[in-house]
Amino acid sequence: MRQFFHVAWIIVKKDLTIEVRSREILYTTLFFAVSCVLVFAVAFVREGRALTEAAAGILWIAVAFAGTLALGRTFERERHTETLRALMMAPADRPAIYLGKLLGMLALLAATELIVVPLVALLFQAPLLARPVLMGLLMAAGTIGFCAVGTLFAAMLVRARSRDVLLPILLYPITIPVIIGGVRGTLALLQDVPDVAMTRFWITLLVFFDVVFVTLSLWTFEPLMTE
Amino acid sequence: MSFDFDQLDLVDISRFFGRRRALSHVSLTCRAGEIVGLLGPNGAGKSTLLSILSTLLAPSAGEVRYGGRTAREIGAELRSRLGLLAHDLHLYPELTAEENLTFFSELYRLNNVRARTAAALSHAGLADRAQDFVSGFSRGMRQRLALERALLHEPRLLLLDEPFTGLDDASGRALIVRLKELKRGGCLVLLATHDLDLAEGVLDRAVVLRDGRLVALQDRVGTLRDRYRAQLHHQAQSLQPKA
Repeated sequence: MRQFFHVAWIIVKKDLTIEVRSREILYTTLFFAVSCVLVFAVAFVREGRALTEAAAGILWIAVAFAGTLALGRTFERERHTETLRALMMAPADRPAIYLGKLLGMLALLAATELIVVPLVALLFQAPLLARPVLMGLLMAAGTIGFCAVGTLFAAMLVRARSRDVLLPILLYPITIPVIIGGVRGTLALLQDVPDVAMTRFWITLLVFFDVVFVTLSLWTFEPLMTE
Repeated sequence: MSFDFDQLDLVDISRFFGRRRALSHVSLTCRAGEIVGLLGPNGAGKSTLLSILSTLLAPSAGEVRYGGRTAREIGAELRSRLGLLAHDLHLYPELTAEENLTFFSELYRLNNVRARTAAALSHAGLADRAQDFVSGFSRGMRQRLALERALLHEPRLLLLDEPFTGLDDASGRALIVRLKELKRGGCLVLLATHDLDLAEGVLDRAVVLRDGRLVALQDRVGTLRDRYRAQLHHQAQSLQPKA
């Protein structure tokens, strides 16, 4: 088990080293997410008054779209010199490779969310940071579920010709429950009197999705990656 | 990692991509300490065969036996005895030469990572470029580094897909010397190449793949290129319908 996590760690370390040097994925993901939020802000903020309820949906749309972009770019990097095949040839547990890629994706999206959540809170005058622990748990649980499926599909499609089109087509229908859970949980926090019980319920449901998605992905990664 | 093998058996391997047949009933036996050339025109199935041997692709029919056991029976341990230098070099351009080798050494759970990395850089003739990013390397330098990456874990079976690509004369000769060293060390090398002149002196035997079918190169007088041409001509004639 220690070896399993060691392999995952060296893959995360490698991915983050490359990203820190190029900053390509972080910048494009951030740019896309911020643009998305700004466009919605123009549409939903009238005469200085924002539609607070819209903030939840817009936040999760920005995260989902930016996440899809990041997933595609991360695996494009592995496809470019076929390094994913080199990873698959290593005598390591192949699910550990999946876990490493998943953790790298989570780190990238977490960095994006650190900018996007305060931005949405500011532009929509939404009290997203009034309960920082619950908001953090909600974002973490939703992002893990989304990335768990996304990482599996992005790896699976890495050699497909129309992977850029296929990834969202496959990813969104399956992750819709996660996105809905995130939106509903965030909405509960945005009420005049935050519905903490309802937010906890959605967090629990998201954790359940996370466990299911991560388990299934770890289980299916090896057979799906062996052509 | 205790698994090792000294014989490779391909038993009636076929591989289909949809309705297209890439390999058809390929059988071959190779022993440790041999360098076997895999020749054939473009699209003959050489890379597909190397992918199957590297466990990245499953055959549609037949099986590959590594010392009498299949990849499924052996599991991840088998991959610690396989090395692959593919057409795409499996290197991260955003990392330095040393970082690439260190990453793969750690992934293969090797000990003495620093010493191995230094030795690999020295073999590749890149000791003075260790801290340079691979993105700044020429094709030949990348090719040399990729070969050393594939050899870091001292594989028993080394699969080389066009290893002479991008190499200048000196590097090509250095590669031949390296291959002979590996052969003496008991490594089984399977080498797919079009560069028959360079491969001439290094191969113990050669097989030809054409349209997914494999035949041994006839042992006749002449250069490797002459024998290869004669074999292709013979195969083409035998495939023509009789009047």
